[in-house]
Amino acid sequence: MNRNSLGREIPDGFYPYDGSEPAQARRPIAMKATPKAPIFLHTISDVFDALDVKDGMTFSFHHHLREGDKVLNLVMAQAAVYGLKDLTIAPSSIFPCHQPLVPLLDSGVVTGIVTNYMNGPVADAVTAGKLQKPAVMDTHGGRARAIESGDLPIDVAFLAVPRVDAFGNGTGRFGKSACGSLGYLDPDLHYAKKVVFVTDERVDELIKPDLDGRYVDYVVTIDSIGDRAGIVSGTTRITKEPVGLKIARDAAAVIDGVGLLKAGFSMQTGAGGTSLAVVADIRKLMIERGIRARFASGGITAQYVEMLEAGLVGALKDVQDFDLDAVESLSRNPKHEAITASQYGNPRYRPAPLVDDLDFVVLGATEIDLDFNVNVTTDSEGKIIGGSGGHADTAHGAKVCVVVTNLVKARLPIIMEKVTTVTTPGSDIDVLVTERGIAVHPRRTDLFDRLRGSGLHILPIRELMDLAHAITGIPVRPTQTGRIVALIRYRDGSIIDVVRTKRP
Amino acid sequence: MRTTLLFIPGNHPAMLQNADVFGADGIILDLEDAVAATEKDAARALVGEYLKSWKLDTPELLVRVNGLPSGWFEADLEAIACDRLSAIVYPKAGVEELYEVDRILSEVETRHHLNHPIGIIPIIESAQGVVETDDISYLPRLKGMLLGGEDLSADMEISRTREGAELAYPRARLSFACKAAGIDAIDTPFADVNDAEGLLADARTARSLGFTGKAVIHPNQITTIQQAFCPDPKEIFWARRVIAAAADAAKKHQGAFSLDGKMIDKPVIKRAEGILLRAGITDRATADEPK
Amino acid sequence: MKIGSAGTLTSNDALVTVREGVGISVSIESIVDAFFHDQIDWAVKGELARLNVRNIHVTVQDKGALDFTIRARVRTAIERMEG
Repeated sequence: MNRNSLGREIPDGFYPYDGSEPAQARRPIAMKATPKAPIFLHTISDVFDALDVKDGMTFSFHHHLREGDKVLNLVMAQAAVYGLKDLTIAPSSIFPCHQPLVPLLDSGVVTGIVTNYMNGPVADAVTAGKLQKPAVMDTHGGRARAIESGDLPIDVAFLAVPRVDAFGNGTGRFGKSACGSLGYLDPDLHYAKKVVFVTDERVDELIKPDLDGRYVDYVVTIDSIGDRAGIVSGTTRITKEPVGLKIARDAAAVIDGVGLLKAGFSMQTGAGGTSLAVVADIRKLMIERGIRARFASGGITAQYVEMLEAGLVGALKDVQDFDLDAVESLSRNPKHEAITASQYGNPRYRPAPLVDDLDFVVLGATEIDLDFNVNVTTDSEGKIIGGSGGHADTAHGAKVCVVVTNLVKARLPIIMEKVTTVTTPGSDIDVLVTERGIAVHPRRTDLFDRLRGSGLHILPIRELMDLAHAITGIPVRPTQTGRIVALIRYRDGSIIDVVRTKRP
Repeated sequence: MRTTLLFIPGNHPAMLQNADVFGADGIILDLEDAVAATEKDAARALVGEYLKSWKLDTPELLVRVNGLPSGWFEADLEAIACDRLSAIVYPKAGVEELYEVDRILSEVETRHHLNHPIGIIPIIESAQGVVETDDISYLPRLKGMLLGGEDLSADMEISRTREGAELAYPRARLSFACKAAGIDAIDTPFADVNDAEGLLADARTARSLGFTGKAVIHPNQITTIQQAFCPDPKEIFWARRVIAAAADAAKKHQGAFSLDGKMIDKPVIKRAEGILLRAGITDRATADEPK
Repeated sequence: MKIGSAGTLTSNDALVTVREGVGISVSIESIVDAFFHDQIDWAVKGELARLNVRNIHVTVQDKGALDFTIRARVRTAIERMEG
């Protein structure tokens, strides 16, 4: 065991995190292009026959259909029927709808998982130690880096694509299962050894495809790749909850107070209720002062679509869509652009990933510690409930990273001495906004100076923790001492933390 | 200062434990209308525990008790009596009842060895109460009077409107009586929590009539009310100039003087001082003109 | 058997049920059991001591209530049991 620079124990054979500057060279692999049109098939079983699938392979998937996805379950059910063992799956995220995977972990069909986010029964099974090898949890940008550098070799990418033409070109903008941007499957398309498009809508020719058919080996047409209503899962409306609104108002005041709301700014926010409320407050200030933003990025919602159409935002840089208004907007508005995972957050992307061009990002936290390290991967008992997604990517790239969270949730203080699991290093977090006060990272004296005299209640993060303790009492903090069930891989490929079972 | 007094339902732990984060000047923990008859015991125990054990600094804490006729008043008081309790908010107040309330409060204070007397903010919410406003205003323990528009309209058998013209008379009576007695005049809450524009207009009306604050029934109303009651930048700019000119005149031993062609004398200076006080401004420097 | 209860199963509240027993026993079911089990237990027993109750069985179904809420619910449940 080694310790990384945050003091977390990292198993031998992995590269321990050492500060959030890039430290690993890119190992580019050649893009694969199939010279002729792909082969069209009718069932997943036909594809398995054609592919010569073997034990120990890695299959990748994307999560753009989110809680409505059917493709991962279909393919893995076929893998079980085929009697395959020891597979690694690399979906960009895993949702509760992927529950059918759980028995495949028990039976050894799946022994490895590489993903950016997981929530639900599969995450519970991984936490319980049912996966043979530790899961690897990447960031959205880090997954692109891992695939493009060769850290994550993919044997077959099974990619749900809402509409595919006779040349194997594809798009997510149209089709009965249209889900909008297909940003996260771009590295899989270009770097996987074999690429299979799974679609439920075939057309003769797409005028402006998003996905280049020259990289596609097989196309399978099935009845349904998913339920697009499931895209909306996990995202919410603007909170009506007074504490959330108070936090949002103060977060907007912080962003304004440090001088970020000026003509041509750029922003990203999460899709949680409080983040949406921050955007609503920022929007009010923009209208009052006649300020326009250059772009907004990330997961796109109806709220950003409205701002684009009102001329408040110059462009949307869309890596995934969180609701059907966003999907619809992407299909018709040229200022609403789809971008790839690499363009979005890959630290190796040149000249620079889009996150580096963000003026500010507003993010959530399940826990935050006195060093400002943030956990959005596990709960406080060490159970996996999420993952970075774009958290660590945007926190590193943006000029100012604002974390919004209730100080106390269900009696649990959100600030603690040391987070249960580090998802994003504290050196990338600048301001924490809670309902009982605001803490500024001590490194950001510039922000602190600008906020002085703003009337906002700013105090050291330890005092905020003490306030929480005065309300709740000091909780017992359970420790996890069992075997490692997941490695948290920072965007540069280093290991920033691990998740363990409760007891050995 | 009691610009905003926030009502919090007394039997709602989640709201109780966040009552102090919204920037209200005072919190009214409600044992009356917000609590069902079968939960009065639970609510008074909960509010009592909150008052006695909450560790953080809070704004002023008040409790709306059940009135004497309900039969719950004394039990309420017994549960909540402590030094943290600033005042009780007493519903459907009339002058006779308030004498009795005063007597009972004195007993409770002695029995509980309180260091501070418990204040009273009566709610004027009946025709009788409006008529008795002048007498009520001079009772002991009074910190202010609160107008209860909903119950008052019901008692008068008239409708409430968004603009509130039906409250013109009771508002005027209450604000004058409070000013004369040197206590706070607190306006009725605005019922539609989703109508920020209506709330702003209503709060501005109250302020123009001489009210010093307004009751709040939802935390999201607080900033709007503060905005209505806080002097606007133009007023502040004017007040700063008046104060500066007055200081200048005093050096030259002038009595009255003029500013922008208007005569400035003592009442005008007093009004300017009041504006700066309400805006929380203590320094006397002349600021730049607002855009 | 005399029984009393107070509180709710909504967020930040606790449903406390008490019934006559021999000696004091407290059973706790809490969404924050891993973090606050002992504190909840102390809050309940502290309130029983203050009320001078020595023979009772207390069940707490906790949804993240703070100590002041737990104490108040225990007291009301006992008052209700005693009628």
